[in-house]
Order: sequence, then C-alpha cells, then structure tokens
Amino acid sequence: MKVKMWGVRGSIPAPGPHTVRHGGNTTCIEVRTDADNLIILDAGTGIFPLAQTLLAHLPVTANIFITHTHWDHIQGLPFFVPLYIPGNTVCIHGAYDLVAMKGIEQVMDVQMQYSYFPIREAELRAGIKYETLTVGAPVVVGDATVTPVLLNHPVPNLGYRVACNGRAIFFTGDHEPLGNIYTPDDSEYANYQAIIDHRHVELDAALGQLDLLICDTAYTLAEYPAKTGWGHGTFDHAMDMAKRIGAKRLICTHHEPTRGDDELEKVFAEALSRHPQLDCEVMLAREGLEILL
Amino acid sequence: MPQLTLELERRLTTAVERMPAFPKSVQVILEMTRDINCLPRNLVGVIEKDPVMTVKILRVINSAYYGLPNKITSVGQSVVYLGINTIKNLALSFAAVGILPRFNTTGFDIQRYLLHSLSVASLARLLCEKYARSEVDPGDCYIAGLLHDFGKVVFAQFMVGEFMKALAITIDHGKPLFEAEIEVIGADHAFVGALLAKKWKFAEPLVNCIRDHHDAAAEPSAMLDCLRMADAICRKHAFGDAGNPWREEELAALPTRFGDDIEVVIATLGDLQKIVNDAQAFAQIGTEK
Ligand SMILES: [Zn+2]
Ligand SMILES: [Zn+2]
Repeated sequence: MKVKMWGVRGSIPAPGPHTVRHGGNTTCIEVRTDADNLIILDAGTGIFPLAQTLLAHLPVTANIFITHTHWDHIQGLPFFVPLYIPGNTVCIHGAYDLVAMKGIEQVMDVQMQYSYFPIREAELRAGIKYETLTVGAPVVVGDATVTPVLLNHPVPNLGYRVACNGRAIFFTGDHEPLGNIYTPDDSEYANYQAIIDHRHVELDAALGQLDLLICDTAYTLAEYPAKTGWGHGTFDHAMDMAKRIGAKRLICTHHEPTRGDDELEKVFAEALSRHPQLDCEVMLAREGLEILL
Repeated sequence: MPQLTLELERRLTTAVERMPAFPKSVQVILEMTRDINCLPRNLVGVIEKDPVMTVKILRVINSAYYGLPNKITSVGQSVVYLGINTIKNLALSFAAVGILPRFNTTGFDIQRYLLHSLSVASLARLLCEKYARSEVDPGDCYIAGLLHDFGKVVFAQFMVGEFMKALAITIDHGKPLFEAEIEVIGADHAFVGALLAKKWKFAEPLVNCIRDHHDAAAEPSAMLDCLRMADAICRKHAFGDAGNPWREEELAALPTRFGDDIEVVIATLGDLQKIVNDAQAFAQIGTEK
C-alpha cells in the first residue's frame, strides 16, 4: 500500500509563507492498494491537486471515504474534476446523518445548490454512487477492505481502517478522546466513566495491529483545557494511543490553521520529548508526504 | 396474544416520529441551548426526564447504520457514543415538533402520566440500588420505569376514541386499565409499547419489561421486579396513577424478593418526598391551572 498526504490542515485552508513546509490544504489522503486501487480519505481542498494528477490516466475509478461532513473534510468535493468527465466512476462513502435523517448522498447536493455553486449535482457526468456506511461493516475495494469505526466528534465521525494483504492503516478523521460529562461528586459520574472505559477498550481493539496510524492532533497539551469538547485531540493523546495500540508508525495531522511551520515543529518536538518511551516512528503530516507500506 | 393489524402497527410507528415532547423539556432545552457553554450533564438531565425525547433518541441511536454491538439503553450512553452535540441537535429537532397539550380529546392527563412515569423511574432505580444492584444496572431500571407506560401516550394521541372508552370503563367498573384496553382496542398499552420498542431495536430486557409489566404470570427478572414494585408504590401512594388507580388486591401479586410488606419496603427507601417533588416540578403539576 502507498499513502500520500494531500491536505493536512484542519478547519480552514491556510496558505501563505508560514505554512509552505507543511502545506495549507485541508484534509485529503490518497491510498493506493497493492493492486493500485484508488481510495481517497476525505475531500478537503487537498483533493484538488490530487485530482490534477488523476487526469493523466483516464478513466478514473475512485472510492472516496468521507470521515464526516464538516466543511474542511468535504469542501474540495465539487472540485474533484473526475466527477465531470464521462466514463469515470466515483463512489462516495460516508456516515448516516442522524439529525438530518439522510445518508451520505446529501453531501454533494448540499454544496451544489444554485446560490453556492454554478453546477448542479445532476449535471455531473461521471458515474457516481453514494454508499451510506454501517459502522463496523467492512467495504471491499479491490484488494483492500475499508472498515468504518465510529469515533468522537461534534458530528458522527467515522475513522477508517484500510487493510490490504496483511498491512493496515487507520485514519481517525477528527477525533477527541472521550471525557466524562459529570464531575466526580455527581452520582452519575462512576456509571458514565464505566461506559467510557468500556468504549475506549472497544476502540483500542478496533485499532489493533496497525502499520500506520494517521491521527487528529489539532491541539497541544497546553491548549487542550480551553478546547475540551471541541472534538479534536492533542499530540499527547495521539502518542499515548499509538503506544497503547502498538502502532508501528504515527502521522500527526489536522494542523491548526494559525500554526505556522516553525511553531508546529516546535510544539511537535515538545510533545515528542514528553514521550521518550514511544517505540514507534512519529511524523508530522505535510503535503506530499508519501509512505510505502 | 393480542394481534394488531400491520396497518395499525405502521400507523402507530410513524405517528410516534411526529409526536411532540413534554412542555417543560422543550422549554428548558430551547433555553439551555441558547448558551454555547451549556453543560452536557444538564442537557442529559432534561432529556432523560422526557419519555418522548428518550424514546426518540434511543430509537435513532439503535438504528442499523450505527450497528452498535451492545444496545444503547440510556441517554448517557448515547452521549458517549454519539457525542453531546449530536444529542443536543437531535433534542432540538424533537423540540421543534411542538409540545404535548396537557389534555387532548381523550381527557387523558398527560402531566399526570409524566408524573407517574418519572416517579416510577426514580423508584425503580432506587429499588434496584437497594435490592438488585448486582443483577441489573440501576440506570436500565430507570429507563424501564420511564418508558413502561409509553403505550398509553401513543393511545391517547393516536387512538383517541378507543382509549377514551377504555379509560371510562376503568373508572366506571373498577377494571384494570390494561384489561379495558384489550376489551376496546384489542391490545393493551404494554403490548403496544413493547411492540414499538422492539421495532426500534431497544434492548431485549427493556422490551420484555414493558411487555410484561401487567402480566402476573410473566417470567420474573430483576428489572421487572423493580419496575412492578415501583409502579405499585407510586399508585398505592397516589404519586400519579396514569389513569389506572391502585387496587388492594394487587398486593398479592407483588414480586417476592422485597418481602411481603410493601410498607416495610417503602420505609427502607428513606424519604421519597424528594423524588415526588422533582417529578412534580418537571411534570409542572400544581404550578399551573
Ligand atoms: Zn476537521
Ligand atoms: Zn470536524
């Protein structure tokens, strides 16, 4: 399998002189299976430069897996050029929206409305399919399987485990470790904590045996208290998790849009120094980073 | 075993989706959620006092797309799995449906129903903590209490004429309400409540508990025992009877795990006034005409 990062920014694109080294595009990851099937994890603005590279080899067959429908993970979708070319096949997978009571088919429709976009969803020329996923049910893409795992974010967020010929990667999308909504003196505290502990065991089990973990590390340890409940984790959360589940490699992503390259490298180094025992390779995500597994 | 036609079953299921929630929870949720820093535990505290909101949340979260291996049985658990923001927005969408009127054309008093459900829920949890802690989760007993009579609100909303007749038979002839319902409707609120709960993929012990709560011959379980005892205490002491007044002959059929004197059991539970006051405050009984 080959993994390539095309967008590593969280929340909003952050182009400019301070982000040239890591890149300003929002979340998009290209995964090529051993048999060269194309899996795209999230469709932030990073999907646009990825799309340019695909045009050299038509027709395109792509399976796009959306972790969740916040803008920074879908805003590149209408600019995924293969959607406009007859003969291409694109399947968009994602979660069921409990509040809207709609499947992932709304992800394009919502963005491509008259007031917001010049082209209607119905005018796309590629063969497009929408697959609303069932949590835990694997989807076969050529020689790989993709399994959605429900994680913790203000909107249901699916992390994806992509497995191919004995190798496995996992991308969290946006995820914050679970926290107790009660304080220790509330009578409900212990009961709620028991559910959380059980849930963490379930999640760690779903993330076992990973060759690569790509994890949301939006915040630093110092920033986190003010951002608790916002749906993102810290570098330290990710390193703890990688250690717990025994992941071989960890890529930290979803960089804060206000964090320039120097600052990013500094806070990353600080987090690393707090985890001297970590026996896995840890990297900061940057646009163009490629990992061969 | 009573039979509902498929058509009736379909009608009741879709009707519940459009059923409004209770005035107090709708009002409090709208107020609370205007503050971006509203505390999750306060929000959960309101949702889990409203049987309609609770039913709707459990129904949605147990939906097949989330394929959750262990059934979600409480609002708190739903928050662990889906996060507070999703639960908040679900609650807001339920609040947007409107509010249940205090009385509808059946004359069924929805506030007294809520008072009963809340009191039974809290008592069932308390009984479980004292008598059955090791066998079943007290939180699950709370939900069983909260939802055991859900079939009645469904009848009151969607089978108005029939339910009115059943209520009248209970008052005029001193017949238990569930028997009157079977006579008039062909199925009682326990059967209909369980049928809906099953359709929504609620946990099996909860479905069985709703189904069996009037069946003296039903297979006993810790949850059912706590529910039946809580129901008896509430109705005997008139903490809301939801249209089904207490009859002394019910004493004989009470679960044996609590001994043979209901007053002794009540004494072990300490001061119940707080439970009743909390329930009353939420059901708004006595605070408005
Ligand atoms: Zn994001
Ligand atoms: Zn997000």
